[in-house]
Amino acid sequence: MLRVTGLTCARGGLPVLSNVSFTVPAGEVLILRGANGIGKTTLLRTLAGLQPSLDGAVEYPEDEGAYASHADGIKAALTVTENLAFWADVHGAANPRSDSNAGLETVLSTFDLSDLRDRTGGTLSAGQKRRLGLARLGVIGRKVLFLDEPTVSLDGFSVKRFADWLRDQHLAHGGCAVIATHIDLGLAAPELDLTPFKAALDAGGGSDEAFL
Amino acid sequence: MIALLRRDLRLAVRAGGGFGLGLAFFLIVVVLVPFGVGPETELLSRIAPGILWVASLLAALLSLDRIFALDFEDGSLVLLATSPLPMEGVALIKATAHWITTGLPLTIAAPVLGFLLSLAPEAYLYLLLSLLLGTPALSMIGTFGAALTVGLRRGGLLLSLLVLPLYVPTLIFGAEAVRRGADGLDPTGALMLLGGITAGTFALLPFATAAVLRINLR
Repeated sequence: MLRVTGLTCARGGLPVLSNVSFTVPAGEVLILRGANGIGKTTLLRTLAGLQPSLDGAVEYPEDEGAYASHADGIKAALTVTENLAFWADVHGAANPRSDSNAGLETVLSTFDLSDLRDRTGGTLSAGQKRRLGLARLGVIGRKVLFLDEPTVSLDGFSVKRFADWLRDQHLAHGGCAVIATHIDLGLAAPELDLTPFKAALDAGGGSDEAFL
Repeated sequence: MIALLRRDLRLAVRAGGGFGLGLAFFLIVVVLVPFGVGPETELLSRIAPGILWVASLLAALLSLDRIFALDFEDGSLVLLATSPLPMEGVALIKATAHWITTGLPLTIAAPVLGFLLSLAPEAYLYLLLSLLLGTPALSMIGTFGAALTVGLRRGGLLLSLLVLPLYVPTLIFGAEAVRRGADGLDPTGALMLLGGITAGTFALLPFATAAVLRINLR
């Protein structure tokens, strides 16, 4: 479902990873490993199409990619339900699979947010915000997820809930995911260590950003 | 797209959203002018079109940096960029939401404040018309400026410097239309040019805004 061939990506004009290749079939997860600063976030942003790659190709069905990072995009003045409904609406316009209120309710209970539904985003704790950010993935109906440290500030119980959701709801329905994380999610998934792909210091490319 | 517009309007109305901030600023600036120049009715009525237009321009400027900065800080902008909404559509919706929360209230309040400045009675219709035609351009140009400065810390001042010169044509034709109306001349030409500027900005700037946003999100 996701095929990456010879990808070279850069951060701030400097290549950080070169010649990364992997495939993730439907129903599977790939865990990215590597020390801080190796380029996990850069790789995920490049995969999600937020920044151009210097070289190589990324292939997945169009309009099926979703990105989630440290910032959850939660509005402090909106309630939990309103936050989720907004993202469902935005994606629902092009994606009839993710409509219906029943779906929203299921997602709320899956991520243990049912009791918080009328609280505004500003009053949530860090972990609750994280859960809401992850719940967004449940309502947008995208198949290829790029998750950057999805379990930051989650407690063990919530990590397990998230892993269960990923396995039972997302992967079981033909989705796939690339996850950068430092902890064990409890998923039987192949891991990719990015250390061998570290770009050489004198690697070229990125010259189009020299004036920025 | 409608979902984004609804969310932006809802956010603007709720606490901390800044709805009415521009309007209050507009009110205060216009009320301050008679204190500054003295209570000469004739002088006030002569400068009223210019004052009303400059004040609405500054009021529109006041809330520009919120257009993208808040969404950028909490990560919504990145999520919107990876959503099925085209960035051009996002730019258009953001400008529309800004106009509804600032431009439209300004347009409605302006005639009341025109009275404070003893604006000539013939000019009220043209004041309303010119603001209705001109303020959308202020929002669209401002959205473009906000996109340019979105990644910058405290980019508000730079934003003003970038955007204010671009507001000059709108200001000239807007104030001119009201002045001609007040003098009993035909303001059609100025109004048409004003409408042309607005139509032009809405045709071109969403694309420029989207391109700038994509670069700033890298």
